[in-house]
Parts: sequence; structure tokens; C-alpha cells
Amino acid sequence: MTNINIHKTMMAHLHGQTAGDAEAMRVIQSFRKDDVPKPVIYVGAGTCGLGAGAAETIIAIKEQLKQNGLDAEIVEVGCIGLCTAEPIVDVQLPGRNRVSFKNVTQDKAGIVIRCLKEADAEKQDVLGQFNHSGKISWNGVDDISRHPFFARQRRVVLKQCGIINPESIEEYIAHGGYAGLKKVLDAYTPESVCETIEKSGLRGRGGGGFLTGKKWQFARVQNADQKYLICNADEGDPGAFMDRAVIEGDPHRLIEGMAIAAYGIGASVGYVYIRAEYPLAIKRLKIAMQQAKEYGLLGKNIFGKGFDFELKIKTGAGAFVCGEETALMASIEGRRGMPKPRPPFPPVKGLFDKPTVINNVETLANVPEIILNGWEWFSAIGTKTSKGTKVFALSGKIKNTGLVEIPMGTTIREILFDIADGIANGKKFKAVQIGGPSGGCITEANLDIQIDYESLLSVGAMMGSGGLVVMDEDNCMVDVAKFFMDFIQRESCGKCIPCREGTRRMLEILESITQKPVAGENQALERMKGVMQLEKLGQVIKDTSLCGLGQSAPNPVLSTLRWFRDEYEEHIYERKCATKVCTELRKFKIVADACTGCTVCSRKCPVGAIIGNKKTPHFIIEDKCIGCGACMEACKFNAIEMN
Amino acid sequence: MKTMKTKIDDILDQYLGAGRDQLIPVLQDIQDAEGYLSQEALVKTGARLNMPTSKIYGVATFYNQFRFEPKGRYHIQVCRGTACHVLGSLTVLQELEKALKIKAGQTTRDGLFSIEVVACIGACGLAPVISVNGTFHGNVTAAGLQTIIEQYRNKETL
Repeated sequence: MTNINIHKTMMAHLHGQTAGDAEAMRVIQSFRKDDVPKPVIYVGAGTCGLGAGAAETIIAIKEQLKQNGLDAEIVEVGCIGLCTAEPIVDVQLPGRNRVSFKNVTQDKAGIVIRCLKEADAEKQDVLGQFNHSGKISWNGVDDISRHPFFARQRRVVLKQCGIINPESIEEYIAHGGYAGLKKVLDAYTPESVCETIEKSGLRGRGGGGFLTGKKWQFARVQNADQKYLICNADEGDPGAFMDRAVIEGDPHRLIEGMAIAAYGIGASVGYVYIRAEYPLAIKRLKIAMQQAKEYGLLGKNIFGKGFDFELKIKTGAGAFVCGEETALMASIEGRRGMPKPRPPFPPVKGLFDKPTVINNVETLANVPEIILNGWEWFSAIGTKTSKGTKVFALSGKIKNTGLVEIPMGTTIREILFDIADGIANGKKFKAVQIGGPSGGCITEANLDIQIDYESLLSVGAMMGSGGLVVMDEDNCMVDVAKFFMDFIQRESCGKCIPCREGTRRMLEILESITQKPVAGENQALERMKGVMQLEKLGQVIKDTSLCGLGQSAPNPVLSTLRWFRDEYEEHIYERKCATKVCTELRKFKIVADACTGCTVCSRKCPVGAIIGNKKTPHFIIEDKCIGCGACMEACKFNAIEMN
Repeated sequence: MKTMKTKIDDILDQYLGAGRDQLIPVLQDIQDAEGYLSQEALVKTGARLNMPTSKIYGVATFYNQFRFEPKGRYHIQVCRGTACHVLGSLTVLQELEKALKIKAGQTTRDGLFSIEVVACIGACGLAPVISVNGTFHGNVTAAGLQTIIEQYRNKETL
């Protein structure tokens, strides 16, 4: 079938004119890929897949296909979310279920070839099989939905990530895409769109948790010649990458969500403000936008209903503060990304002084599903105050890293120990950091709280964008607090003093705690005063900063101070870091009996803290030592001890 | 005096009649082409967008993305996100600085490598991560780092 005919068929399908047309249904089926005429190899080629070597795997597979004279289609898909199993390669043979192989690095490309040649899949290489009704299933291979990582998930936003080809609008349409937009333009007034979303209880997934429908209402009732919709894809929270995965894996979902939102608020221009650090996401989004334009799903008079919507991409230039609404708008306008006082709120006076709604990627990706399935369906998922699902990005010291989408109300223990299979290397769990630099830590004692916006706040953490960074017994919490403070003080825009100066002072206090003590009187007392100041200073910064960055800046410190006060005290009074992460607090000693006097350590020491003559035991001058550990690495006789 | 038409002029020509909201895209395009923002680029952009150079410098210095020194042929971004930090990205950065004998933000004398620290490149599942000219390397260790550097260095000598 020619491209023009495919285009025509898909257009007819979009307009609901293909019912009963067998030829059209066959075309649509072919894009649904329930069955395939020739073998298809799907390679997970999101950023994480490529990082794990998916590009090399593709080359190896292509080569071996040639050598074996096999014919197969290779499709690059997005990320299914299980980063530890990357590169993931799926194989679909005609008449059979799609089967998923894990960790297919280039040297393991043979697995795929064997599967094609002998229709054979070894259990240890397999992640699971997808269930296509009526197709031959693989013997002894579990259904992928029963894999512990996927079994407890409920995928709404990530439903098609890693499954469909993100660079094919036809596949998206064949899977029911853009039906939500058509439904809205056919049967909804802008008012009823906003009402539906409000009733569904969808709240902003970017951190604040404001009711999305309400925000849309504010903008909808404004009288203005121009309104704007902005999608905030400036995913700056270190430890969160769900927005990247959605755009890389299912970009049309975002475009459809944005078009529905724009219709609801009456915006004719939309911006996607996306990080420059996500080149692949930008590339796929651009392709998707071009395809949507060709199908008349962006541009003028969409679906012939007189609704215009133009979408533009703005690449962020790397400023964490631009996640803040007013700073983001300043950045689009070409200025320094500094926040402005609110009110006026953006839905009243925003970009170029026009009413503007800013929503996060995940929020907008939920919208088509809510429209298609109804607000009742959405509000039935989740807890009393928080509806729907939430995507979390799991990383750190955990066995299964990746993206999980769970219904609100799931406990953190379930995510960490059932879905992610617990802590890596048999270590003991210490804490999980949630919400990035604005969030806090959750300890063992609070693992059983149900995730929703309110319960997280009650334990001093926050939803944020949903990054979960797991820490084990080897991590020093003071060091973690210092890391976040260092990040925040660098990213503070410098507009208001509490944030600009305060975060700097907090970092200095933390540095003095983790540094080698300088000789002097009452030093422990001074440092204890420092900790008390940390709490007071933190409170002042929270109370007096202009924007969300400053108001939440002290959270990581206050949270670790609340749950791990003993660690702070150990650093202060005993000048000791139990986890040995704070190198300056480490102490080294030479065991005289084991030392041969080879002088290697004294030559390696960068500060000349080791003295001793050749062939006699050496000695470390404690006051001079900076705890770098170079001597211990250099010693061949294990004569240096650390305590 | 007639001067040669440069890449910068070509880029600016694509933005005829552009307003202030095009400033960041213009700077991004110039940096993509030149690798950094030169004084000449800032002055010319100012003349074209009818803005004081000082304002442009103000915007350019605000954002982490813009650099004012040429970058190396292989530009290494070291992720310092939370997940990477927890898994030892500080050691990776220190080892890299030691191996290339430059600090973050600098370029080696032969112009081959430059190091940049970035907040988070969103591949937390593979932490610690570095990216060389946009190619990601996951689960980096000190030993693995040497191999990666050698791999790029060898590309040059071939």
C-alpha cells in the first residue's frame, strides 16, 4: 500500500469512517501489530537503552541478520521503564506472542537470531511475553504483566511507552490515539472540558499538586485576544526522568493532551519548554509534531471544527529555577529566568502578559485517557485527595531501577521492596529521598505510608516530580544534605536575599561540619550552634523566599536533621563519619609492625603529613592529614589502618 | 572595512526581524555551530536584536548551558544528579579531572577534551553516567573511565 493510501485510510479512521471497511481495518490492524507478516525486532532505544548499549546491539543484530540471510523489520521503541534490564529487545514472530529479552548487549545479539531461526527462547534471557489474544504463546515463559516489576503497576501514562514506535503517528492512531481530541471537538464545549478534568480530580504532577481543571477554568474565563498553553518539560529535578521517557516513548500522547487542554482554555498557541539535555526527546517530539501537522491534528481548523492550535518547541538553557512558572515564562520571553511575585497568577497574566496555563508533561499525558474513559473512571483510582496514578523514577542503591507507575495510595514499601526488589548488594535500607532538592527523606519507620500529596507532606517530604533515590547504610545523610544545598545555592537565581545568601550560609555550616576540625577553643560548641542556626535559618528561608525554589530549598537539610539528628551529632561531637563518606573526617594510622619503611606513602601524601626514615616505620601527623586516603591506596603491605 | 561573512552572520540571517523572545534560540544556535559564545557573537547578536550587549551577556551568563570558552573536540558531561552522587559520581569527576589534568569547565591544551558538570541528564537508572558528545556511558567506574578516554583518544590517532 502506498503512503498516500495509508494516510487516507488513517484520516478516514480518525474521522470514524472506517467501520465495516475490511481493507481499512486490515491496514489499521497492521499498525496495531497484533500479528505481523514478517518477524519484527523491537529495540528499546530510549536514552537509558542507548546508554546501556542499544545502538551497538542494533548494529550487531543487523549484521547477524545479514549473515544468516534472515529478513526482519527492526523498530526502535521508547523505554518500557526497567532500566536495569536494558538493552531490552522484543521479538515478534508471525502468529506468535511478542516476547521480550533482557540485557541484550551486542555480544548477546545471538539470542535474537536464535529466536528468529528456531523460535526458541531461553528462560534466563527472557523478561516475559506479551499477551496477544489467539496467538501462539511461548512455552515456559511468563506473561510480562506477571513479572514482579510490572505486576503491581497500573500504567496509564506509560501505557504505550516501549510498546509502540514513537516515530509513527499511524501506530498511535491505530491504538486509539487522537480519539480523545476528536471526542472533545465533537461533543464538548471548552467549559465542559475544564469541568471534566476538574471532576476527575487530576492534580499537577510537577510538584505543587494544584487541581488541573481549576487552573484551566481560571484561564478559560479570562477575556483576551490571545491565550497560551505551556508544557513544562524542563525536568530539572535530579533523579526524575519520567517526562523524558514519555516524550521519547509516546510523544503523540503529549501533543494530544496539549491540544485538548488548549481547546479547554481557548489557547491557540502552545509551547513545549524542554531541556536541552534531552536531545533524543526533542528529536522525537519534532518528528511527532511534523506528523501531526500532516494529519491536520495541529495547525488551522483541526477536525474541521474551527479550532486552531499551533505548537512550538522552546529549548531550555539549563536553569533549575526555570521549573518555576514565572521564571519559565521569563525564559521563553528571552530574559533571565527569574521569578516574579504572584499574583497576578499566570492564568490571569502570564506569558507576554496574556493568560497562560502551565502544565507538566505527565499531567497533560493523563488528559486523553480521562476524556476517553470518563472522569468517573479516573477518580475511582487513588486515594480520597489524590486521584489517578503517579509515575516514579527509581534510582540509587536499588536492584530494579527504572520507571514505575502506580495508583496513588500504594505504599512506599511496596514500591521499593515488591516492585523494585529491595536494596542492591544485600545492604541495609537507610532512607529514600523523594521530591528532589525540594523534597525530603523517608525512613524505615514511614515506609508504610500511602503515597498521596498530603501524606508525604505530613512526614516532611513532598511529591515533587516523583524521583525516588534510594540510599543504603553506606550513604552519609549529612553528605546528602550537603549535596542538595550545594545544588540549590548554585541554582538560586539570586533575586531575593534569603535564598541567595541563606542557602550559601547553610552550605557553609554543613561544610564546617564535614570538614576536618581546625584547632581552637569550644569548637564543638560553635558547631552545635551552627546546627541550631541551620534550623532557624532554614525556617527564615522558607518563610521569606519569593518562589517555590527558595521556599523549599531548606527541606533536604531540615528533613535529614529531623530523621538523622544522631548522624549530625556524630559528625559534630565525635568528628566522625560512620559511613566514611566525609573523607576529611577519616583518620589514618600506620601499624608500626607491618610498615617496612618503603617510603611510598610519604611520597604519595599530597600534604607531606607522613614522616619517617627509609626502612623504619613511618608516622602520620594527624593535624596535617586531610584524610584523602592516598597513602592507604599506595601501601603494598596493608600497614595503614582507617578508623 | 569589509569583513568576511562568518557562521555567526549566517545564523543571524535566519532570524531576520526577530524580537527579544528569539534571543535564547539565537544564542543556542550560535553555540551549536561554534561550540561557545565569543565576544564577537554577543556583539553581533546585540546589533541584530537591537539590544545592549550587556543585557545579552546578562542572559547568557544566567544559564548553565552557555560557555564563553571553546570546548574540546570531545565534550564530556559528567552528571552530578542525586542518583549519580549516591553512586559515587564525585569520584568519577575527580578521576576524570586527574586523568585529563584539567578541572571541570576547562579544555585540555590539545583541544581534545573538555569537562562540564551538568545537573542531571535523566539517565538515573544507569548512574553514574557521563556523556561524551551526546553519547551516554552508564555505570561508569574509575577503571571504565580510562577505557572510555582511551577509546576516544585512539579515534584521533587513527
